[in-house]
Amino acid sequence: MPPPVHKGVDCDVHPAVPNLKALFPYLDGYWRESFIERGIPGFEANTYPPNVPLSQRPDWKETRAATDVCQLSDQVFRGAQTDFAICNCLYGVELPFSEDMGRVVARAVNDWIRHEWLDKDARLRASIVIPMQNVEFAVDEIERCAADKRFVQVKVMATQETPLGRRHWWPIYAAAERHGLPIGIHPGSTYRHATTSLGWPTYYSEDYNAYAQAFQSQIASMVCEGVFTKYPKLKVVILESGVTWAPAFLWRLSKLWRGLRSEVPWVDRPPVEIVRDHVRFTIAPFDVPPDARTIARVIDHLGSEEFLLYASDFPHWQHDDDDAMPPHVPKTLQDKIRIDNPLATYPRLKEDAA
Amino acid sequence: MNIQSPQPSVHDKTTLTIIDVDIHPKTSAGDLRPYLSQRWWDYLKTYGTRQRQGFQTGFAYPKSQPNAARRDSWPPGGGLPGSDLDFMKRQFLDAYPIEFAVMNPLSPTGQGDQNDAFGAAMATAANEFQIHGWHHRDNRLLASVIVPYEDTEASVAEIRRRAGDRRFVQVLFRSRTSEAMGKKRYWPIYQAAVEAGLPVGVHVFGTSGRPASSSGWPSFYIEDMAEHACCCQTQVASLILEGVFERFPDLKIVMIEAGFGWMPSVGWRLDAIWKRLKDEVPHLKKAPSEYLREHFWVATQPMEETENPAQLLDLMGWVGWDRIMFSSDYPHWDFDDPLQVLPAGLDAEKRAAIYSENARKLYRIGR
Repeated sequence: MPPPVHKGVDCDVHPAVPNLKALFPYLDGYWRESFIERGIPGFEANTYPPNVPLSQRPDWKETRAATDVCQLSDQVFRGAQTDFAICNCLYGVELPFSEDMGRVVARAVNDWIRHEWLDKDARLRASIVIPMQNVEFAVDEIERCAADKRFVQVKVMATQETPLGRRHWWPIYAAAERHGLPIGIHPGSTYRHATTSLGWPTYYSEDYNAYAQAFQSQIASMVCEGVFTKYPKLKVVILESGVTWAPAFLWRLSKLWRGLRSEVPWVDRPPVEIVRDHVRFTIAPFDVPPDARTIARVIDHLGSEEFLLYASDFPHWQHDDDDAMPPHVPKTLQDKIRIDNPLATYPRLKEDAA
Repeated sequence: MNIQSPQPSVHDKTTLTIIDVDIHPKTSAGDLRPYLSQRWWDYLKTYGTRQRQGFQTGFAYPKSQPNAARRDSWPPGGGLPGSDLDFMKRQFLDAYPIEFAVMNPLSPTGQGDQNDAFGAAMATAANEFQIHGWHHRDNRLLASVIVPYEDTEASVAEIRRRAGDRRFVQVLFRSRTSEAMGKKRYWPIYQAAVEAGLPVGVHVFGTSGRPASSSGWPSFYIEDMAEHACCCQTQVASLILEGVFERFPDLKIVMIEAGFGWMPSVGWRLDAIWKRLKDEVPHLKKAPSEYLREHFWVATQPMEETENPAQLLDLMGWVGWDRIMFSSDYPHWDFDDPLQVLPAGLDAEKRAAIYSENARKLYRIGR
């Protein structure tokens, strides 16, 4: 039995595939040989170049942080802020253009996570990574992994070939809802389009900034296409997103809905209400200036104590303390962010905690 | 939204004056004929406009009402909304205490056309028509220098052609440029704007030819509209991080019809990123939010609708009371009524700043 949740849940930590060879035990002979023969170096996504300061906090840098379960667990649980951590592996399974390659790499990563991480530390949980190259394959992978209750979420990259609300994605949401798995959307591009709607920006800083815009696009798409009308139990977790863009975006979308709702008649209440029921945000990075007054106002603007989930974003460098909780957050809200909100968001964690 | 204007006649009872920084007089292609060469007139008639989207007429995302216009803005004598000055006066300019209004013509202006040379000719013609077709008939109507921004050289030439002509108060971009505005290809345009003493207005819309989101094409007009704020966030990040304001310390940017609620968050997010990644942008001498606060102005429409008034006041304070300028977007469907839209409880100084004084100062109106 896993331990009960007393302290909290870290909803976003990133174990890293150390190299392609680590996945070989989880690939069949054809693909192993193919990767070797073709000299494929691996599927590391360029979203987090290893030496970029954001990619690894300096004191988490010894060896390669997050490639080893003991090290990750030691550092993630060191400050004893959490009893569980959810592993979101960012290996680029969605990057290959070949649907078949995407499928086998996704399968290998999920099997690797299970054996190399979940089996070795009872405090770890994980997201299922899926081959977004092909919806049928993606659903198969959810079905294959869902029997293992330690998988608590399905994770996809923030930008895809088409917006995530589009109807052809819906079988993925049906499967996720059926199994009590939220959809986690994490920074990362499939590079099917430029990283901004205005083309390829010059700086990495702009690429990273652009995920805030991508999340707005994806939430608008999922709301306007009617995903949450069709799948009323579906939850979406926006990971590593920053949170300050959310209120103004939701007010804007709700205002537009008041004027334009006849175009999307299935959206039967204001988007801000739909999002408050279905969408959650992790707290790292918490992109609010650290003064008490501004933080209090932003919390007021968020308008819901259920919105935020605790996360360290290990090993990314968002904050310097062991505790990722921002300053000036009232104690009652802290408890919700650490414990109540994650448990309400991830039904599979709640089963564990019971 | 779709307000049936009660035809207020308040201005004889109040000292309120308004400078509206975004109205859309409608120009027809035929209006531009006197200002186009025979070659480009023939080209327009034969090949038409090619705006990086699929439809011969209309928009990639069909609007929610014809011409995206208020249903009561169609002139009784015929013509498109915004095309009849007398009706515009009756319904808007004289019905409210409008001291000045800045014209932001959106089409046909040549902006974003696939044929750069044609776009440049159309921009010049549209600028001529703002003067001869509108300003000469009502000198409250101030002009924007429409630039064919994908053609840097032609844009610079167009700004220089208008420099010193005080009937033009800004240089006008549409927000969906084919690359982010911080890219060096656009810098000569900023240099020309600064030399001419003109701010650069960025009005939402346009067609970059790229998907409206970084995750591909959304399905609906409501999403297309929501995307304008995202597009402007990208523009702000690009202009700041590329170092445009270090190179052009006098450059002033106006974000038009994008709302402004998103803006404080962009500054905070960029600051957080910059704290970690300063070495990537060594040309920046201060935090991104400081450039944002110094170099950007906003037009109010579509006015933010927060869940309670204190939240709106927070947003306005974070943007800066000296940076917010009233705009109505007349005659479009999401028109903001000048007399209804500002939050209650603003003191006289803030109201005056937003209704007219910030614009008067930025656009150097009457000076």
